[in-house]
Amino acid sequence: MRAAKPPVIQIRRVTKSYGHGDAVVHALRGPMTGGGEPLGVDLDVAEGDYVAVMGSSGSGKSTLMNILGCLDVPTSGRYLLDGTDVGHLDEGQLSLVRNRKIGFVFQSFNLVPRTTALAQVELPLAYAGVRAAERRRRATAALGLVGLADRAGHKPNQLSGGQQQRVAVARALVTAPAMLLADEPTGNLDSHSTEEVLGIIDGLNARGRTVVVITHEDEVALHAKRVIRLVDGAIVSDVRQAPVDGPPPALAAAAGVVA
Amino acid sequence: MLRFAVAGLAANKVRSALTMLGVLIGVASVILLLAVGNGSSVAVKDSITSLGTNALTVSSSASRGSVTAAKKLTVEDAKALATATDTPSVKSVAPVVTTSGTALYGNISYQPGQIVGTYPAYFETSNLKVGKGDYFSADDVLNSRKVAVLGSTTATELFATEDPVGKKITIGGTPFTVVGVLKTKGSTGFNDPDDVVIAPLPTVQNAFTGFGSVNQILVQASSAEATTEAQSDITRILMGTHAIKDATKVDFRISNQTSLLSARESTDRTFTVLLGAVAAISLLVGGIGITNIMLVTVAERTREIGIRKALGAPRAVILGQFLAESTLLSVIGAGLGVLVGIAGSHFPVVGIKPVVIPESVLGAFGIAVAIGLFFGSYPANRAAALRPIDALRHE
Ligand SMILES: Nc1ncnc2c1ncn2[C@@H]1O[C@H](COP(=O)(O)OP(=O)(O)OP(=O)(O)O)[C@@H](O)[C@H]1O
Ligand SMILES: [Mg+2]
Repeated sequence: MRAAKPPVIQIRRVTKSYGHGDAVVHALRGPMTGGGEPLGVDLDVAEGDYVAVMGSSGSGKSTLMNILGCLDVPTSGRYLLDGTDVGHLDEGQLSLVRNRKIGFVFQSFNLVPRTTALAQVELPLAYAGVRAAERRRRATAALGLVGLADRAGHKPNQLSGGQQQRVAVARALVTAPAMLLADEPTGNLDSHSTEEVLGIIDGLNARGRTVVVITHEDEVALHAKRVIRLVDGAIVSDVRQAPVDGPPPALAAAAGVVA
Repeated sequence: MLRFAVAGLAANKVRSALTMLGVLIGVASVILLLAVGNGSSVAVKDSITSLGTNALTVSSSASRGSVTAAKKLTVEDAKALATATDTPSVKSVAPVVTTSGTALYGNISYQPGQIVGTYPAYFETSNLKVGKGDYFSADDVLNSRKVAVLGSTTATELFATEDPVGKKITIGGTPFTVVGVLKTKGSTGFNDPDDVVIAPLPTVQNAFTGFGSVNQILVQASSAEATTEAQSDITRILMGTHAIKDATKVDFRISNQTSLLSARESTDRTFTVLLGAVAAISLLVGGIGITNIMLVTVAERTREIGIRKALGAPRAVILGQFLAESTLLSVIGAGLGVLVGIAGSHFPVVGIKPVVIPESVLGAFGIAVAIGLFFGSYPANRAAALRPIDALRHE
């Protein structure tokens, strides 16, 4: 019974602010108290869910995502990942979590310079201690999945923006992480590439991976089972479009058309 | 990991090469300068031992605090030393007079550095070997024969390629028959030991200096260990002949090669230490160069570090990558430095032939690599400690 499982992501009263005094910026703050104190953001994401995070520029989407990906630490509040409080983990355990549990796709692709696409995708496997031959096999498969098998030997400066983004997606899914976090994975792609990348992500979710994706585009949000809207660092709406344990809406619709 | 490090260095060839050059110069100068210092002390040691470590030189000195004029050394003093029966430490005795003059052969005229009048024992004591002909004999001394042995420099100056043995030369109007030519000893500094004419003592006294005092008495001790004993024997005997009661008021001085040797050695050591210090500083500067480059590299690649950490790179991997780079820099730089240092030590520097000290090669290499590790670890640590998001946001 999936519904009985505890949520993979639980954040409680999380705030993130930058700067001090008058210049302070509350990138994440949640609802305010009467006295103007931020209460913090609460959010649960169930295993297998497909969440789209929307909001205008500067509303705190990336800030939230970085905290979910254990790349940043909240100013206050708690983050439980699979029931463990991430705040209590040390450096080594955190790198393990980043490596094993999370696949991260950045808003700016963040590929390692001067490194071929294949080596790029092999990196997380190398850090996980996977042997060279196995690493090569899985990385090649992941590149094939994003349609870049023929670009394996190319370095980032020899790839188009869309191709770089697909390498980043391949790198995020090569370790088969339980959770895929994508910060505007289609922001730099044309509609055709967008459909391709979304197709890959839908497929991953259909196989049980939890997906959180940030987007500005309504078409992208249509692929998600649940849509969250942020305004000025607080969640203002949370809409469910499809049940957690069903297939992602786009795949369901396609299946429906065929049927 | 090594492959990553090589790729990292290759990404900025000029910079890596310049950093290595810094280390290279440091290591090479340590090896070379220490080799020069060592070479000079080896040369001094060689020249002193070539004089014979068993040799003791007695020379006259005015006794301090005494009003009476110092008694000069005489042939009688030498005879007293030679005939004393209770002195097994003294092997042979040779009184020495030195003078100068111009030697003539045919129409060639040459002024040798020194004209020495002495006994045959002088040759052995001073470690002089005859190359052509023979030494003069005790008989020549007894009969004041006008014979001479030439140093190799003097021989070539006067005779060029001709064989001097049996030829007659004239020195200050006195004809001498050349009986032998010494083997070349080689220069040990300003005076050339091969630029001499050596003749029997009475002959030289008769022709030049007169039968008064002698300049030195050269004594050969029976062994290197016996020099101290010989020294006290000589003191005792000469105090007798000079009628001196107080050992602090002697009018002669005995110097041995060992004391000369240790004096020269200690100045040489100071010299070597100074050279070493200069070289060590350049090695340190090379190390600072590594730190600098690694700091720049880390700053430049902070975003990359952020990406790697976001992908789950453990701290040790990041640390290892940058340490591997800095160590590689210093190992290659130091390795080339060793080659350059050893190659450079094949050429004489300011007249000194450098002699490489093996320890200095190992030491310089080891220190350079240690410096690479040590100075590289600071930037590497800084890189590894970054929080992923801070590294990613780095401009
Ligand atoms: N390191 C920082 N220092 C100061 N302020 C920051 C920092 N990072 C983010 N902010 C601020 O926090 C707020 C939220 O930023 P965030 O990057 O989360 O926005 P976003 O919703 O992802 O926007 P976009 O859609 O443009 O990517 C912004 O006002 C931004 O200026
Ligand atoms: Mg953003």
